[in-house]
Amino acid sequence: METPFAITLNVGTSRMNHTGSWRVERPVYVDRLPPCNDGCPAGENIQGWLYEAESGHYEAAWRKLVEENPLPAVMGRICFHPCETACNRVQVDEAVGINAVERFLGDLAIENNWSLAPAARDSGKRVLVVGAGPAGLSATYHLRRLGHQVRLVDSAPCLGGMMRYGIPAYRLPRKVLDAEIARIIALGVEVELDHRIRDIERERNDGHFDAVFLAVGAQLGRRVNIPAGDSSRVLDAVSFLHQVADDNPPSIGRRVVVYGGGDTALDAARTARRLGATDAVIVYRRNQEKMPAHGEELEQALGEGVTMRWLSTVNSFEGDHLVLEKMRLNGDGFPEPTGEFEELGADSLLLALGQDTDLSLLNKASEVEVLDGVVQVQATMMTGERGVFAGGDVVPADRTATVAIGHGKKAARGIDAYVNGRTLDGVKRHELATFERLNTWYYSDAPRTSRPELERARRQSNFDEVVGGLNEENALFEARRCLSCGNCFECDNCYGVCPDNAVLKLGGPLRFEVDLDFCKGCGICVTECPCGAIDMVPERI
Amino acid sequence: MTTRPVRFYQVGSFAVGNRLLDDDERTIQAKASRTNSIDCGHRACQGCGEALGARYALDAAMRASNGQLVAVNATGCLEVFSTPYPETSWRIAWLHSLFGNAPAVATGVAAAMRVKGKADVRVVAQGGDGGTVDIGFGCLSGMFERNDDVLYICYDNEGYMNTGVQRSAATPPAARTATTDVVGPEPGNTFGQGKDLPRIAMAHDVAYVATATVADLHDLERKVERAMEFRGARYLHILVPCPLGWGSASNDTIHIARLAKETGLFPVFEAEHGLVTSVSPIRRRTPVEDYLSAQRRYAHLFGKHPRPDVIKRIQAIADANIARYGLLNDEDDFATATQ
Repeated sequence: METPFAITLNVGTSRMNHTGSWRVERPVYVDRLPPCNDGCPAGENIQGWLYEAESGHYEAAWRKLVEENPLPAVMGRICFHPCETACNRVQVDEAVGINAVERFLGDLAIENNWSLAPAARDSGKRVLVVGAGPAGLSATYHLRRLGHQVRLVDSAPCLGGMMRYGIPAYRLPRKVLDAEIARIIALGVEVELDHRIRDIERERNDGHFDAVFLAVGAQLGRRVNIPAGDSSRVLDAVSFLHQVADDNPPSIGRRVVVYGGGDTALDAARTARRLGATDAVIVYRRNQEKMPAHGEELEQALGEGVTMRWLSTVNSFEGDHLVLEKMRLNGDGFPEPTGEFEELGADSLLLALGQDTDLSLLNKASEVEVLDGVVQVQATMMTGERGVFAGGDVVPADRTATVAIGHGKKAARGIDAYVNGRTLDGVKRHELATFERLNTWYYSDAPRTSRPELERARRQSNFDEVVGGLNEENALFEARRCLSCGNCFECDNCYGVCPDNAVLKLGGPLRFEVDLDFCKGCGICVTECPCGAIDMVPERI
Repeated sequence: MTTRPVRFYQVGSFAVGNRLLDDDERTIQAKASRTNSIDCGHRACQGCGEALGARYALDAAMRASNGQLVAVNATGCLEVFSTPYPETSWRIAWLHSLFGNAPAVATGVAAAMRVKGKADVRVVAQGGDGGTVDIGFGCLSGMFERNDDVLYICYDNEGYMNTGVQRSAATPPAARTATTDVVGPEPGNTFGQGKDLPRIAMAHDVAYVATATVADLHDLERKVERAMEFRGARYLHILVPCPLGWGSASNDTIHIARLAKETGLFPVFEAEHGLVTSVSPIRRRTPVEDYLSAQRRYAHLFGKHPRPDVIKRIQAIADANIARYGLLNDEDDFATATQ
């Protein structure tokens, strides 16, 4: 070895010095469950499809979206978006407009005629789906994807259930609904309309079905006994909306009072305005705070001239006016009568006091357990009777279309396991990506893009859609507001901030890797990760 | 004042890179092809701000000079932890002589390159705050005065760290070091002493003077690139937190540097020919307590016998910086910054 005078060692790289031995903790890349995904009753991988949308890969985003939910254009309109309530961005500025982006993707798919992935190879199993609302359609779609044959039966002349007969057209245009339903039916579904099943067990045996999915919804408007004169016009809101959807609206007069405080009450009042009612008054026995209807809808209704009578009950209907009794809330928040009465002029009264299920198709000897008017189910959505599953409004849960879509998917998985003689393993969920794990410094401020609304004046008189959609530019903006909570989005921070060059960039979706030969375990990468996708884990020493 | 438009909503322009950004809008540090001027295996402490700052600055200088770069290093942590014989972490042409003469050696290298007609080879000199504001100060002032074609980079960790955390003229008031112990009525380093070297450099009227921190990589890289556009003497002062000497958590290095800027204690600006041309405004204004309480060298200001009077004096320094450099955009920004 040739070395200069008094020198005994050749100079070499410091890479000989494996500083990884200093480490007592190591950074580990993790994936966490984003709160939007956690909050979605339909189980959408919201962050996953936003990730594609952020890159402008809209078709890929839509494909990821419909893996879980086949009705994005519908849900982009009528879903009450619990994902946005859960969104961590609320604590930075405003929630990401997930619902608006979903609608943008759904509409783009309709515009471009994107079709769903074809059904899987025929499994030879047959499933009867009763009810073509959101639960039934969702189950049908997922069953077809799994290769099972589906016969879809509904008592109405058209598919869609409450999405068609309960939700007014100004919230959900029928051509959007038709387009998304047609796409599911195109997967090869045997459809039978105008068919009311009287005895589910006989229907099942006659058709040799391996399983049944019961999703008949809650179509019966609840009535209360209100003393009313002969000429008084009392209708239930569900039938009213159904008749309007059938293009056969009943006469309701100019002064319409709606009794109830749910979304159906608002839909009925707004629909009455569009049918020419000059006064549309909602009478509700509690106050705004206690109202079960969604705030957004209430805001829109008030904007259209619907008025509210809080803390009142309807006592009687005396020909051309109602007698209302004023209420007050007691210490527990329950309304109690005050003994004060007032009159309110009315031509008709619409009752929106909740809905019941019609379960007359269940045989008396059926093992399906019904409690408080709803069907009891296990985690797989199977009822007490083997092979009979139920979902949507007939089971105890929030009665929204999104929940129903989630039920349909769950039931399809449960049915798939049942017909194949398997048991369904519980899905392992990642830990929640909480706000505390984010480093919000790295996110710039970007207020949300609101969806344009039709001018109020135009809206009152017709059934045009009220809420407009995003265009490509603001949909992209909105998608990019996603914080990607809990999952790496390749911002290169960990790669950049390591003082020891110990983070290796693998490129693209491969993300990054820690070079444990040199990582000293300082933890800067963990602290500076914007989305909290790295954990610090103690070394076993 | 330079303002960058918000092009990026997910991570603004604050993160190192982003898959959605055009390649030239990402930092050099985001690229797999970066030089890594200082390599793995160096013996800096966990979470060393100086190792990070040196890689940031030199990788940017390497790119700006197309790889034609010579770095001259003063004695200090950076030299000690990168070159314990026979190892070296340097992947660039690198030269070390003495503690106090790095500016003079760099002057010589620049002269040699000029004589050899190698105008494309650029020279960087670098050192810690000890080698810059104390021991090498005379040579540095001479280098400025002669306007030698050198970019001098000071990695300021506010003390002599590898020798056991002694005070330098860059150590801030009230900070505990081995030579400014927490005894007496005014514990820690004294108020009203020390040197503000960026302003001293500006007083020499050199072409370009800038400050930066390891917390804003885009800003730091842009300043190195800007500095390399000039010929003659230039000065870049980078704040590099020291977990060992400051008593901060090793994972907090960048966070602490960010707080130094957001409190106003470390003003981030650039100046050309003696005049300030731009400042980095405070984005989320923070009281100095947040910065101080995260460091054990200020522990005597908190705890059982807190010293709100001392903290108030430190806050006054921050406020004076904010006023001097105009670090708040306007009232509106202040409102959002303090929300």
